[in-house]
Amino acid sequence: MAQITLIEAVTQALAYEMAHDDSVVVLGEDVGVNGGVFRATQGLQQKFGELRVLDTPLDETTIAGVTVGLAAQGMKPVAEAQFEGFIYPMMEQIACHAARMRNRTRGRITVPAVFRAPWGGGIHAPEHHSEANEHLFANIPGLRVVLPSSPARAYGLLLAAIRDPDPVVFFEPKRIYRQYKEEVPDDGEALPLDVCFVLRDGGDVTLVTWGAQVKECLEAADALAEEGIGAEVIDVATLTPLDFDTIAESVHKTGRCVIVHEAPKTAGFGAEIAARVAEECLYDLLAPVERVTGYDVHTPLYRLEMKQMPSTARIVEAAKRTLAAS
Amino acid sequence: MSIAAKFEIEYLQYLDAEGKQVRDDLPAFAQDLDHMVELYKLMMSTRVFDAKSVALQRTGKLGTYASCLGHEAAHVGIGSAMRPEDVLAPSYREYGAQLYRGVQPREVYMYWGGDERGNDYRKEPARHDFAWSVPIATQCLHAAGSALAFKIRGEKRVAVCTIGDGGSSKGDFYGAINIAGAQNLPLVAVIVNNQWAISVPRKIQSGAPTLAQKGIAAGLFSIQVDGNDIIAVRKAMEDALERARSGQGGSVLELVTYRLGDHTTADDARRYRGEQEVKDAWAREPMKRLKHWLVAKGAWDEQKEEAWKAECDDWMDDEVNAYLETKTQPVTAMFDYTFAELPADLARQRDLALSLEHKAH
Repeated sequence: MAQITLIEAVTQALAYEMAHDDSVVVLGEDVGVNGGVFRATQGLQQKFGELRVLDTPLDETTIAGVTVGLAAQGMKPVAEAQFEGFIYPMMEQIACHAARMRNRTRGRITVPAVFRAPWGGGIHAPEHHSEANEHLFANIPGLRVVLPSSPARAYGLLLAAIRDPDPVVFFEPKRIYRQYKEEVPDDGEALPLDVCFVLRDGGDVTLVTWGAQVKECLEAADALAEEGIGAEVIDVATLTPLDFDTIAESVHKTGRCVIVHEAPKTAGFGAEIAARVAEECLYDLLAPVERVTGYDVHTPLYRLEMKQMPSTARIVEAAKRTLAAS
Repeated sequence: MSIAAKFEIEYLQYLDAEGKQVRDDLPAFAQDLDHMVELYKLMMSTRVFDAKSVALQRTGKLGTYASCLGHEAAHVGIGSAMRPEDVLAPSYREYGAQLYRGVQPREVYMYWGGDERGNDYRKEPARHDFAWSVPIATQCLHAAGSALAFKIRGEKRVAVCTIGDGGSSKGDFYGAINIAGAQNLPLVAVIVNNQWAISVPRKIQSGAPTLAQKGIAAGLFSIQVDGNDIIAVRKAMEDALERARSGQGGSVLELVTYRLGDHTTADDARRYRGEQEVKDAWAREPMKRLKHWLVAKGAWDEQKEEAWKAECDDWMDDEVNAYLETKTQPVTAMFDYTFAELPADLARQRDLALSLEHKAH
């Protein structure tokens, strides 16, 4: 079986679902003959035609609004925002229509759409190409916010997102698009949405994260293990609706919680998790909750971008602080 | 000098403000006087409905309401030209079109009366139309997306969106007509130019001499129509729908009319426009001219008018009663349509809301 990267897993999921469901269509800027600027839609137009893999005019609002219209007519559109930093014009259509059409019409019209976007920094891109703003979407009722962190989860979660009867924003951590390969059988098996994945068991501290930072957290867990510290690593994967039970269970066991994300700290999604830990796990805690996040600054241009991002060293330090506290 | 492109915008009118026929080539539907009487009757019931809605709001039985007074020809013209299988994406005051397609007055009252069930249109073809769209012009893209779905599936259906003169300033409107042109989509975008976007007049909405010509920029067939003349509106709509259905592309129609009422019941138009302007607009309103024309043809008279008005009043009374008798949804209804299946986290919040209800009782 071929080993594939995360971006190839995205392509594989799109191709599988398009081949098995005629109502699935892909639309966006440069998704057609060019196969997307990251090649996520490579070869799809040749396979499925110009109508099902549609190059749209260069307008994000158009992409999002047309996606709502397609979905309202029973199609399953997968829209691409070329970069997550360009998604802002789509937000009105996502928040005001995609996420609330079911509620507005008492279920008469629904929007089973996926809005994909290459997310986060770390690839030396120009301004506006490196944003992490998943928290802005996590506050929109009726919307799922999903971030895969490996080729297998990209494949399984994207299949699940396309099949889901409600809208999903699917943020692909582009820093790890081609970081490593793994075997991902093209068997059409979806992974569950709305659940956290426990990627490593550990009894001393819980590392909670999503997207590209899963990599740094696993590295931190390795480093901590060398010092005899057991770190449990949880990939949240679906930010909303949140599977807090999995996080609570882990914190109950470890008594320590470090939340790691690339987005700015203040009102980032880590704040929600920290609040929930305070509400529901306070008496399990042996140390204050730590957050290792991006600073409350605009994503710097690329010379400084890695300094804004949580590093493995910062995560290890935070974990050790929680251990030192008790 | 070489010319890269040239365009002109036709203005279509059959009946002038007095109901005098200004051209002889009446379209087929207008030669059927029984049908024209039906259209007149629906325009009238729309007006009676509208007056009833405003009265309900004034007596505290309805929330903020957007009146359609003066738009009857535009709206009934749109609705009557569409086929059942077509899809309408309205903004929020196109009741004449919606009533024609099966939206019930009680549903309009429910929506403006604070109950989402008003958007769950029970009767076809309205049942497959979009609900009211409050964020301006956003619905144009839903129509474009619907039109794309029809094209992908090879269905001979047309998507129709309506917006106001103000809405034509928004990027969503341009985005919709632009992709319709680029992809040859079966879209009919109707600008109901009623001269006022709340307090902002048409002349400072756009420097373009017509709003119809915005369609030229998108490569669509574009026409300006007397929006108070139902024959012209219906004819322009029929032609546009036929072109779209037969794969000849989308259209932009500018229906020139006038908002005789306030923007909504929360607005007071006396703050920004003069009495004379409104008085002049009343002289051009759509009902009078059609009535004169029908009376001159011997198809309508005062007796029929009174009888139909009484029928409309009875109908609206039934609808108002049905609305007023509708019980408020249980508190759980705010949760139950957020997702197809209630997530566990949200289920806990639903339980909390429900427990507070039990405490209150």
